[in-house]
Amino acid sequence: MSEGTLPLFEVFVRAKRGLSHVHVGSVHAPDATMAVRNARDLYTRRQEGVSIWVVAASDIVASSPDEKDSFFDPAGDKIYRHPTFYDVPEDVEYL
Amino acid sequence: MYGNDFAEPDDPGAGPLNAADGGAVEAAAAHVDTKAQQGLETFDAIIAADQRIEPRDAMPEEYRQTLIRQIAQHAHSEIIGMQPEGNWITRAPSLRRKAILIAKVQDEAGHGLYLYSAAETLGIDREELLDRLHTGKQKYSSIFNYPTLTWADCGAIGWLVDGAAIMNQVPLCRCSYGPYARAMIRTCKEESFHQRQGFELLWELMRGTPEQQAMAQDATNRWWWPALAMFGPRDTGEHAVTGGHTEQSMAWGIKRFSNDDLRQKFVDMTVPQAQRLGVKIPDPDLKWNAERGHYDFGEIDWDEFWRVIKGDGACNSARIERRVTSHQQGAWVREAAAAYAAKQRQRAGAGAQAGAADGEGSAA
Ligand SMILES: [Fe+2]
Ligand SMILES: [Fe+2]
Repeated sequence: MSEGTLPLFEVFVRAKRGLSHVHVGSVHAPDATMAVRNARDLYTRRQEGVSIWVVAASDIVASSPDEKDSFFDPAGDKIYRHPTFYDVPEDVEYL
Repeated sequence: MYGNDFAEPDDPGAGPLNAADGGAVEAAAAHVDTKAQQGLETFDAIIAADQRIEPRDAMPEEYRQTLIRQIAQHAHSEIIGMQPEGNWITRAPSLRRKAILIAKVQDEAGHGLYLYSAAETLGIDREELLDRLHTGKQKYSSIFNYPTLTWADCGAIGWLVDGAAIMNQVPLCRCSYGPYARAMIRTCKEESFHQRQGFELLWELMRGTPEQQAMAQDATNRWWWPALAMFGPRDTGEHAVTGGHTEQSMAWGIKRFSNDDLRQKFVDMTVPQAQRLGVKIPDPDLKWNAERGHYDFGEIDWDEFWRVIKGDGACNSARIERRVTSHQQGAWVREAAAAYAAKQRQRAGAGAQAGAADGEGSAA
């Protein structure tokens, strides 16, 4: 019984046309093809999706929660990127 | 215990898990650096703001271990929970009932997998969790150690056991640990079919022959008390334990209601359903208390509860034996699939090398 754990794949499902794929969880499978099939059986038993992506968990590169502040701070003081920054007369429509 | 966390008073396995297992030690070590203190302050702030903790956030080691234990026990309960009803698949009385039962049991497998997937985000390996189940180091809900003697038991399980599970699982959709909460949202969406098909099954029996009605009543008699016990030991009033599991889990936002509150809600919800169904709830002390606005009900046999948890239920050894056997018998499938994948990788590797060589050739 020492076959070890099969590789882990993260699963993303597109709920319907027009929407992005969204992360729903993970499955174990020997390869990506089987991972897609396992994900179909596990995450779309009630037609929750029209498309599935699987990505080997070991291939995902993520930002680090430890450097959250320094990583995202540069966007903090650029409030002029938001429409509410601008003063315009109230009686101008569609602006 | 089904979406709950409590320890047996004298169970060494229920204490904090060995941190050296399953990669938890690296995870712990990673947090014991200069950033650790800062990380835990962030953790406290997130909890205080009632936001969600995500897998790579810093978290107290006890929070991590509590979640691993609770999510694992919950996952184990789901997959062991396939057995009592699986027992009736070949004997379901119609094709419609057979299809429903297969779908229900398959859902329970799915719930188990959602939960193992959530547990793994805490840095523990799935094989390790299964191993802890197989060797008895981790438990599953004691409800599944009771036998399914008649077809009506499938109805009583759906109605009462899934009904109690829903009561426990709905608040967990707001659990402070993100992956657990998300797994619960998926699970709860599926549970209402489970409860309804059980109720419908009993509803049909209650409109059948006197024998069928007696069967439905008998199943209700046997499942009522174990279903109430699913909420775990008493934990309010004189039973409240300062510094106990309930208090700590509530402070961490893992648990939102006490065991006793959830049990009371379940009784209040279920009594009118029983009346509509026409079955009698086997509790002479059950009566409406207008002053409290709740039903009063009798005391659970806690000796039996602990006895069954400790292994002395009707089916404890059969459940684990069945689980281990099917895991072992499935080994060749996993091995064959892994061997096939390895061969495909090897071929792809050889093909890529050949392709690279060709590329060089044509460039020259
Ligand atoms: Fe379930
Ligand atoms: Fe269920």
